[in-house]
Amino acid sequence: MINNLNIMLPEIFLSLSIFSVLMIGVFIKNSFNIVFNLTSLIIVVAVAIILSSPNNVEKIFLNSFTRDAFSNYFKILILLSSLFVINSSKNFIIDNKLDKFEYPIIILLSILGMFFMVSANDLILFYLGLELQSLSLYILASIDRDNLRSTESGIKYFVLSALSSGLLLYGCSLLYGFTGSTNFDFIAVELTKENTGAVFAMVFILVGLAFKVSAVPFHMWTPDVYEGAPTSITSYFAVVPKVAGLALLIKFMFIPFSNILLEWQTIIIFLSIASMILGAVAAMIQKNFKRLLAYSSIGHIGYALAGVATGSVSGYESAIVYISIYVIMNIGAFSCLYLLKKDGKYKENISDLSGVSKKHPLLAISLLIILFSLAGVPPLGGFFAKFYVFVAVLEREMYALAIIGLLTTVMSAFYYLKIIKTIYFDDSLITFELTKNKTAQVSIFTSCMILVTFFLYPSVLNNIVNSLFAS
Amino acid sequence: MNFPILSTLIFLPLVSSFFIILSREKKNNYSSIYISLFSSIATFFLSLFLWYSLDINTSDFQFVEDKSWINNFIKFKLGVDGISILFIVLTTFITPICIISCINSVKVRVKEFLIAILILETFMIGVFCSLDLVIFYLFFEAGLIPMFLIIGVWGGPRRVYSAFKFFLFTLLGSVLMLVAIIVIYWLTGTTDITQIYELKIPKEYQNILWLAFFSSFAVKMPMWPVHTWLPDAHVEAPTAGSVILAAILLKMAGYGFLRFSIPMFPVASEYFTPLIYTLSIIAIIYTSLVALMQDDMKKLIAYSSVAHMGYVTLGIFTLTKQGIEGSIYQMISHGLISAALFLCVGVVYDRLHSRMISTYGGLVNYIPKYSFLFLIFALAALGLPGTSGFLGEFLVLTGTFQKSYLAAMLATFGVVLGAAYMLWLTKRVIFGFANNSEIKNLNDINRSEIIMLVTLAFLILFFGFYPLPIMETFSVSVNSLISNYETALTSN
Repeated sequence: MINNLNIMLPEIFLSLSIFSVLMIGVFIKNSFNIVFNLTSLIIVVAVAIILSSPNNVEKIFLNSFTRDAFSNYFKILILLSSLFVINSSKNFIIDNKLDKFEYPIIILLSILGMFFMVSANDLILFYLGLELQSLSLYILASIDRDNLRSTESGIKYFVLSALSSGLLLYGCSLLYGFTGSTNFDFIAVELTKENTGAVFAMVFILVGLAFKVSAVPFHMWTPDVYEGAPTSITSYFAVVPKVAGLALLIKFMFIPFSNILLEWQTIIIFLSIASMILGAVAAMIQKNFKRLLAYSSIGHIGYALAGVATGSVSGYESAIVYISIYVIMNIGAFSCLYLLKKDGKYKENISDLSGVSKKHPLLAISLLIILFSLAGVPPLGGFFAKFYVFVAVLEREMYALAIIGLLTTVMSAFYYLKIIKTIYFDDSLITFELTKNKTAQVSIFTSCMILVTFFLYPSVLNNIVNSLFAS
Repeated sequence: MNFPILSTLIFLPLVSSFFIILSREKKNNYSSIYISLFSSIATFFLSLFLWYSLDINTSDFQFVEDKSWINNFIKFKLGVDGISILFIVLTTFITPICIISCINSVKVRVKEFLIAILILETFMIGVFCSLDLVIFYLFFEAGLIPMFLIIGVWGGPRRVYSAFKFFLFTLLGSVLMLVAIIVIYWLTGTTDITQIYELKIPKEYQNILWLAFFSSFAVKMPMWPVHTWLPDAHVEAPTAGSVILAAILLKMAGYGFLRFSIPMFPVASEYFTPLIYTLSIIAIIYTSLVALMQDDMKKLIAYSSVAHMGYVTLGIFTLTKQGIEGSIYQMISHGLISAALFLCVGVVYDRLHSRMISTYGGLVNYIPKYSFLFLIFALAALGLPGTSGFLGEFLVLTGTFQKSYLAAMLATFGVVLGAAYMLWLTKRVIFGFANNSEIKNLNDINRSEIIMLVTLAFLILFFGFYPLPIMETFSVSVNSLISNYETALTSN
């Protein structure tokens, strides 16, 4: 029993610390700063705990909870990206008077939910984790509760997400009914092509998961929520839940659905192509930077799904590499938004960026690197992400998927170039106040450095990801 | 040799661009100009040393560097042979000239401009050195970023449109090449081109893969009908950008045909030869006619570049010794001549801020030194014997006559058209009467312009009379290219 607890030490640590900081928040007045700093500390300690834990596969509590290299990798990715996201947004939070002590605590709660999602080996545990995460996200979306757009986006997200959770739950119950178990390993054995009811259930689960990663045609909420929510929340939405959602998707494909590859493959291919095309086309006409990033994130999920659609281990690996690099790029992109401050207000229209290169060359060059990387132009990190995906896709001889994917890359390059055009070719309008936000600058710098130097050691990330599926 | 001379060559400009970032900002930016000039000249001498120490009696790749890059998958493999070394030297030679031209033509953000040029040089040398398809693709595409910025930031009034057109056309062509590269990897298990040469790609895949590579090279070359980005890009780019574009970036495609398309897909190359002939002839005749009609000097030279590249593709796909040697020679010489012509346009543009032919006239009366040099370059561009432009065209046509009379006849007709537009341009700009009172007050070329233009004029004449150094260098490599191609065809 003690051994078992040792295996889920990160989760236990996280839950206990959430309760303790909650107490601090309740009993100490104006405790945002303390709670915020403690949150960062908790995240760092949690990373350390996970790093020190062994990577061998351990299943506990009637095989409902797994700890393996896969879940550890995703937990670290979730923690590190949250660390960068929340720290770079601190000034933004304070400036916009969102500095309630609940803010970091709810983020920690959602992280805890994601931990259970990526570790789950059982439908019930997975669903509980998912709901813990979603509930936290509903609150976060509407955390600026006096702001009409923020509350509207919270409600929108809640209604649509609840619907998808309902579908998901329906799928889970069907799956239980037709296979007789909620355990992933058991379902994997029972779920074959002949088991029509269970295949039917698979469709529901896929719909629910596609909603969580905002793949087309279940993406409707994304642009509105991204635009409406405060930027600090948007950046969290764009990065961390995507990681957890994709991890879950891969896990479902890899374990319970592994025997019905041909059945789900078509669906994922459709989701992937639709996301890539919509992401590329719809982003072209956006004027708001956050909305544009929303559509671009839909497109990026499309590429990651293309990796998943192969149904091969190398495809899953490429999707994981993709999402990891995507996280790095998006943290950088959103951190740039925190610097666009003028007279106490944060600008988020693309036109506000015009001529930034003249007044703020460093910000401009960072955006240049990040945007070219998002467009997938070599030698930046974003290119390698796409490259691995297409290598995996072509291994399975899915030529149409690869060619559509690459053509949408060109289309999406267009709108990234449009932003670069605004930054570099247009005349400057606004001088921003740049110097004050150190943490955002650190995030941008880290992100750019990784993207630029990625080509020197492109196999480091690969080696790590390869080891995830070794067991 | 253990010293990684090729990596040094590639990354020297990149490293020196860091020094420019660190250099102290002064009003006239001379420190960054000196740093970039020094490093680019150092790179040039290093490449000369490389040329000198290259063994030209073998067609093997030399100075090979082979490092593990993406494990069990892609190696960072570099090497040069008699063909690629010439392009490397061309690149390293043109870059310092571009940097000198900045002194007069670039007035704003000089530091960033120099950084962009040096980074671009790194990528360009990388293209010509790489012996791995993925590395090649990486450098080939990466060059888009600095070039996009050079056109967009320092360009003319329609720079945004041109920069976008340039970027998107090239990217669209290249993504299909990326698909082809990955497919080749899954077919042969490697992206190392020396291994692919030996493994031979199955015949049934060759045509489609050839087309994928072709889509990229045809855009870059540029071949009719996807050449439309080039006039726009040339017209709007600043002088140095036009020079690099015409002198080096266009050569990447010709090099790509020689290095990838023909050796890897010999069967397909033979199969598609009529297509290439047709497109090349159309390019030669049609774009020459279009060039005749231009009012804009840069546009005229841009269209003439398309026509000259038509000879290159024609020559390469004759797959005769003369044809291929002529194409390579034509590429090198066009690199020098088009660079010189764009610089000439840049010189008068810096003074009068007009590229229109009608603005000028009678320049010979007021700026004789300039006019003399311009005349040399114009005559070289139309292929006058005694200039380097002649030999390339002549060899290409000799090669073409062996394969197809019709193509050769039509291409020869293009030579006449070439003479027509170049001479007419010269007549309108250099001779005649001054249409514009400002011309009378023009200053003749200054010292830095003399250095650039006289060096180019000297080389154009030198290689016109004494082509041996270049011919000797690529001779063995071309021989083995052709013999490999022929054995591949007969074995099928």
